[in-house]
Amino acid sequence: MRKIALLVPLAVIAAGALAVLAEIPFGDRKGEVGEYYLREGRDQTGAVNIITSVVVGYRGFDTLGEVTILFTAAVGVGAVLKFAKKSGKDTGYRPSSLILRTGCRLLFPLIILVGAYIFLHGHLTPGGGFPGGAVMASAWLLVYLGCRERRISARAAGAVESASGAAFVLAGLAGLVGGGYFLANFLPCGVAGTLFSAGIIPVIYVLIGFKVGAELAGIIDNLLLESG
Amino acid sequence: MILPVLLTAVMLAGALAAAVFREPVSAVIALGLVSLIAAVLFYLLQAPDVAMAEAAIGTGLTTAIFLIAIRRTEGGG
Repeated sequence: MRKIALLVPLAVIAAGALAVLAEIPFGDRKGEVGEYYLREGRDQTGAVNIITSVVVGYRGFDTLGEVTILFTAAVGVGAVLKFAKKSGKDTGYRPSSLILRTGCRLLFPLIILVGAYIFLHGHLTPGGGFPGGAVMASAWLLVYLGCRERRISARAAGAVESASGAAFVLAGLAGLVGGGYFLANFLPCGVAGTLFSAGIIPVIYVLIGFKVGAELAGIIDNLLLESG
Repeated sequence: MILPVLLTAVMLAGALAAAVFREPVSAVIALGLVSLIAAVLFYLLQAPDVAMAEAAIGTGLTTAIFLIAIRRTEGGG
């Protein structure tokens, strides 16, 4: 009986979703704003990667909100785990083999390098602060799985995270002073397609990369080491 | 054209498996498979930005965090 009662609202939701999705012209370019971004994005923001010009240029304020959500989530994980039982010892830990440890040490800088590349070239090639930071955090995950005697300093991760978050807001305020509105692109755009172009966009993406990387690595650290 | 259809079928099977499996670890692995195929599909649909984020966060970090959480709760035994 309960299952049948559940099926009715599910069917209603499915019908509603279907009715809405059927109306969306997938693959069609209908929105004028999309056309505008594609036409003007490169000249207005200097970023060759149009997605970056939208995420950090036109919709930079939304990105600040997104970063704040991630920050809140990380704080929440930390708070929940702080209240959980805390033995302080890292149980279930067994030193890994020489091959695993050597492999970790070899791969760690390479993964960090790839992550840094992804967010440094966010305005030129696909990717940006969020994937770059996630790749960097996955390098830390590898360290925690492979050679756990090395760990990120929670204090350093917190410092990097708050410093880059504050710098993001400061960059926005600098835009307010230099360009007239919050997160205005007040730096010269340079030649589109080169590394030092697109003004404030690469700066913000580097900050987001560090912030996301430090946050996610901090979550992994919290989860694996706070208690066992 | 055949590749996206095939991938979507595997993805649906993975999603179904994630819902049906009783063992939490198996369900999480199935969920990771769904994310992985989603990343490949994003790439095939010419959205490399999203594909990159999905591969790094969806497949890598989320799966790892789920597994750690399972190990630390009752589900891991």
